Amino acid sequence: MSQSIQDVQNEIIEEFSMLDGDMEMTIGYVMELGETLEPLEEEKKTEENIVKGCQSKVWLDAQLQGDKIHFKADSNTAITKGLVSILVRILSGRSPKEIVDADLFFIDKVGLNRFIGTQRSNGLGAMIKQMKIYGLAFATQVKSQ
Amino acid sequence: MSDTSVVSTQLDIEAIRAEFPVLHQQVNGKPLVYFDNAATNQKPLQVINALKHHYEADNANIHRGIHTLAERSTTAFEDTRKAVQTFINANEAEEIIFTKGTTESINLVASSWGRKFLQSGDEIIVSGLEHHSNIVPWQLIAQEKGAKVRAIPVMENGDLDIAAFSQLLSDKTRLVAVNHASNSLGTINPVKQIIEMAHARGAKVLIDGAQASSHLPIDVQQLNADFYAFSAHKMYGPTGVGILYGKRSLLEKMPPYQGGGEMIKEVSFEKTTFNDIPYKFEAGTPNIADVVAFKAAIDFINRVGKEHIAQYEEQLLTYATSQLKNIEGVKIIGEALHKVSVVSFVVEGIHHFDLGMWMDAKGVAVRTGHHCTQPLMDRFCIEGTTRASFSVYNTIEEIDVFIGALKDIIKKLKP
Ligand SMILES: Cc1ncc(COP(=O)(O)O)c(C=O)c1O
Repeated sequence: MSQSIQDVQNEIIEEFSMLDGDMEMTIGYVMELGETLEPLEEEKKTEENIVKGCQSKVWLDAQLQGDKIHFKADSNTAITKGLVSILVRILSGRSPKEIVDADLFFIDKVGLNRFIGTQRSNGLGAMIKQMKIYGLAFATQVKSQ
Repeated sequence: MSDTSVVSTQLDIEAIRAEFPVLHQQVNGKPLVYFDNAATNQKPLQVINALKHHYEADNANIHRGIHTLAERSTTAFEDTRKAVQTFINANEAEEIIFTKGTTESINLVASSWGRKFLQSGDEIIVSGLEHHSNIVPWQLIAQEKGAKVRAIPVMENGDLDIAAFSQLLSDKTRLVAVNHASNSLGTINPVKQIIEMAHARGAKVLIDGAQASSHLPIDVQQLNADFYAFSAHKMYGPTGVGILYGKRSLLEKMPPYQGGGEMIKEVSFEKTTFNDIPYKFEAGTPNIADVVAFKAAIDFINRVGKEHIAQYEEQLLTYATSQLKNIEGVKIIGEALHKVSVVSFVVEGIHHFDLGMWMDAKGVAVRTGHHCTQPLMDRFCIEGTTRASFSVYNTIEEIDVFIGALKDIIKKLKP
């Protein structure tokens, strides 16, 4: 049994708490996390896969594998890539319903809103919204299977 | 490692810094280094106090009031107009119109002058260095009138191609709209020459002085500019105040921009007659308090002395530029011979967004992105730059902090 969405978020909160709220260390850590992101194939970096609302570019690809959604993503900036990687870590490999219902409490707890600023967190918000839209879209497919 | 000996100035920078409360704070646990002055610069106590004083002692609506506070507010408001007149050496105070910013000043000319004087087939010439606010208003009115917007190309060093400009000028040219100094690259444009060339073809000229007003001496009569637009907030003054200078002969021929109070002489349902300039263009209650406080910003610049400011900022720019050039992988975008204190650069392999975020974590405020000049970014085939811009309260030591931060970030991000 894999970890729940709750568990992964708590794990992330724990990891960030070790950085003591230091802005530089937080950015460094976010970038490090970006390095671990599963690469997105170049041909998937299309206009349609660009998430709107982000200051920097983000590509998000979603595939239904069985009854789970598998996310892949990339960004042209290291910080945003790190942020996406956190979302992918939490939401990828979940059922559409889990994704739609997910309460992403880690953002407030980690203080990502504070660290990333309003313009940026709008981008983060847009990514989350897009992931949930995929959740909704695939939910009907899963039901009809 | 700081080489402070390169800077000699008659200014007491520490004393000047003491006049700017906002500078004395920590950001993300580090002393603030504010290098985003081209976006807006900070306000001295003199300005903050003037704003406070207005609301505490004089606040009333202006013009038409017969009571004492109205009289005081009106006088203070009109005193700013006179101070602006002197500041840019306009022939008369009535040629100074208050708006809410450079953007509105340009839109006013595009709407009012453009609607009356532009015809199908006419051409407006802007430049490849322009801020979007000196492009889009012209596109809008051109579209409406069937006119065409053309652009003076930018050369590799960031200067305008004046030879190409002379080719673009024709009998169809009605207006040339260029900036005095570029917000993205710092380039100071040869506006006097541009105005002469345009006038020789019978075209009018609008100068966007948003980036010049706090750095360069401005003499609209000597330049022979037809219109000159700028913003108070980029010259130590409050936000929400812009200035449009226009020659009386032109302003008088132009229809009102907006309708409302202040701008009328008499209103009846049959016919409304309009007020004289400048009031014809100032419909509604203006931003009284900020206009009043703006005078304190002009006083500040006059007290410190524009020549001293320019000289000192030039030293900051020269020092920052030479330090940046020593860093491997850093490329400066825009190396015109004459520049205001703005330096834009890209770092090989590092996105400006990541760089700017990390700079902020180190307490250094810079601007990243396209700086509202996308055509210019396209010209250099880049998505954006990191831009540091200096005001008179900045120091060589701050540049050292900025350079140190940059080197550290490059080391971290490019192992
Ligand atoms: C060259 C230039 N023109 C116009 C503007 C627009 O000024 P405002 O936003 O104050 O209207 C700016 C501001 O960044 C500028 O730098």
